[in-house]
Amino acid sequence: MSEQSAAKESRLLRGVHKTVTGLNPVLESLLAGVVGLLIGALLMYIWGFDPWKAYMSLFKGAFGDSYGWASSIARGTPLVLTALTFSICLRAGMFNIGAEGQMMIGAIAAITIALFVLPAGLHMIVGLVIAATAGAIWSIVPAILKIMRGVSEVISTIMFNWIGRFLVIWLGVHILVDPTRAEKTLSIPKATRFPVIMKGTDLTASVFLAVGVALIIYFVLWHTTVGYEVRAAGLNPTAARYGGIRNKRTMILAFLLGGATAGLAGAALVMGLPPSYAIFSSGMPNLTNMGFDGMAVAMVGRNHPIGILLAALFFGGLNAGGRMMQLGSNAVPLEMVRVVMGAIVLAMSIPELIRLFPAIKKSVENIVGRIRDRRERRAVKEVSE
Amino acid sequence: MNWLFLLSYSLHAMVPLTLTAVGEIVTETSGLFNIGLEGILLISAFAGALGAEASGNAIVGLLTGMAVGAAFGLLFAVINTYWKGTQMVTGIGINLFAVGFVAFGLILLGSPGFHDVPTSAELTSIRSGMGGISPMIFVALVIPFLIHWFLRRTRVGLILKATGEMPEAADVSGINVNMVRILAAIFGASLAGLGGAYMSVAWLGSVTKDLSAGRGFIALACVVFSGLNPLLALLGGFIFAFFQGLAETLKTMPNKIIPWQFVSMLPYIVTLLVVSGAIGRVRFPKELGVPYKRE
Repeated sequence: MSEQSAAKESRLLRGVHKTVTGLNPVLESLLAGVVGLLIGALLMYIWGFDPWKAYMSLFKGAFGDSYGWASSIARGTPLVLTALTFSICLRAGMFNIGAEGQMMIGAIAAITIALFVLPAGLHMIVGLVIAATAGAIWSIVPAILKIMRGVSEVISTIMFNWIGRFLVIWLGVHILVDPTRAEKTLSIPKATRFPVIMKGTDLTASVFLAVGVALIIYFVLWHTTVGYEVRAAGLNPTAARYGGIRNKRTMILAFLLGGATAGLAGAALVMGLPPSYAIFSSGMPNLTNMGFDGMAVAMVGRNHPIGILLAALFFGGLNAGGRMMQLGSNAVPLEMVRVVMGAIVLAMSIPELIRLFPAIKKSVENIVGRIRDRRERRAVKEVSE
Repeated sequence: MNWLFLLSYSLHAMVPLTLTAVGEIVTETSGLFNIGLEGILLISAFAGALGAEASGNAIVGLLTGMAVGAAFGLLFAVINTYWKGTQMVTGIGINLFAVGFVAFGLILLGSPGFHDVPTSAELTSIRSGMGGISPMIFVALVIPFLIHWFLRRTRVGLILKATGEMPEAADVSGINVNMVRILAAIFGASLAGLGGAYMSVAWLGSVTKDLSAGRGFIALACVVFSGLNPLLALLGGFIFAFFQGLAETLKTMPNKIIPWQFVSMLPYIVTLLVVSGAIGRVRFPKELGVPYKRE
């Protein structure tokens, strides 16, 4: 990398970090959330729904009672892990948008534990290790291509998402298929599932896995040398290199760590989310988009493990409550939730959203003032005539 | 192997890739980097289908797609110039929004995940020995040459390059850098919109949830391959489309030695290989992806 392009990269990353960490992170995330919900409301209104009613049933469904809270947390659990994938790499200055593929590979890898038997506790740990390893392996090639050939990780990880998707379908149809039901893979054996921790809900112990991993990542990034190197490389690669940090090594490390957490997200989805404990090979409804939604969570969570936990609860709530929104006379499709997510991310990409409001107000006042002036002038003219 | 089918499919699949890539070349020349193309393709395919059905005219559908693409280009560009946003994040936001919006819209049209455009609203194909050929293929063949001429031979092309390479100098010489970038992004996104609408109105005749299927990112790969040369983007578009066509042809062949899942991976693997081979020899604008700020 030449000095010039490194300097440009530094400037670029500074902009990125301003967006992801922000001047006033909590306020800006909240504001982006509100803007996203408003855009969603506008669209619902245009299509003839009652946005107020829809949001009421959404939030009542998500946070109205203990069942709602439980399913919100359950929906948020895998999002924590895929959000960590995105944010670890972003902390190192890269856009790993391959969590989707790495998560799917992790999920299918976790299914392999149905093929053999071990003592229950060990079996589960083996499953998690396999899933994390598989996710990490799936992230190696984009990392190597980035370092050796300078291929943008944005392109390579998306290509790997599609390749991974087809590989998972093939494995699900031919290798790990359930002999009694051809439409799905083998189910995770009962003893190796995360136990349900609240009766009658789908909240399982996998939430402890997600929170634990988030805390570990927090510790690694902020309290170890490796984490310091990753963050330094992300903030300013040139300075980091002068400071003796091997950028290539940190890049690979960030990718591997991210891939492993995405793999764990896959494991959490098949080992810890009732009722199927398997992958449905046609369309993979229980996996699809979990990786992409994680990116929204990471951004709203300001790329910080603790922020991610809170943001995942919010987005998990949207997903859980979104199912309630589909019921009744004002039945808004669940997909509205993803529209809102996209709008929130768009709002998040504006670093100084708060400052835009006075600016917009000022320009509107300006225009209104000009119109008023013209009218007054015309009135004066008419009077004088 | 059915060679005629392969050639016809490749030419048809080339159109969205080439149009999107050429549009992105204009955008990137000016210094913006739009990774929301995937979403723009998808949402404009949906909008194009609606436009064509409402009016009963495919041309109106294509124009609707362009208009929707342009609107997203405007949004992207304003966020990333005057509002100093982060281009990657905006792009990701557009992609997420489009996936949700199209799935949402398809449900409201009555059939989750799939919508068929009636034949009367589709663009008529030209009959030939190869079966129907969409007239849009000729558009996709001509536009790269026009843009090539435009970028190399006109004053506006020079201004675009200046804003990408050295915005300070452009600013000093009286060019409104942000406005140039906004117009370039609108133009680029409207070409992507045309490509998206073409997919639903002219080529496939239907809208599905995952219609874009990574095409926006393959187009980005195509831009990398081309090194911002529209003519090479045309070639790249054809190469990538050829492998999509090859995958489709292999899938329809009776002897199933290779499972279809592996055949489907082919276009994505080829994209990776081509991009890894292309990097190094190409040079991108110096200020690509960096918001311009007067200091």
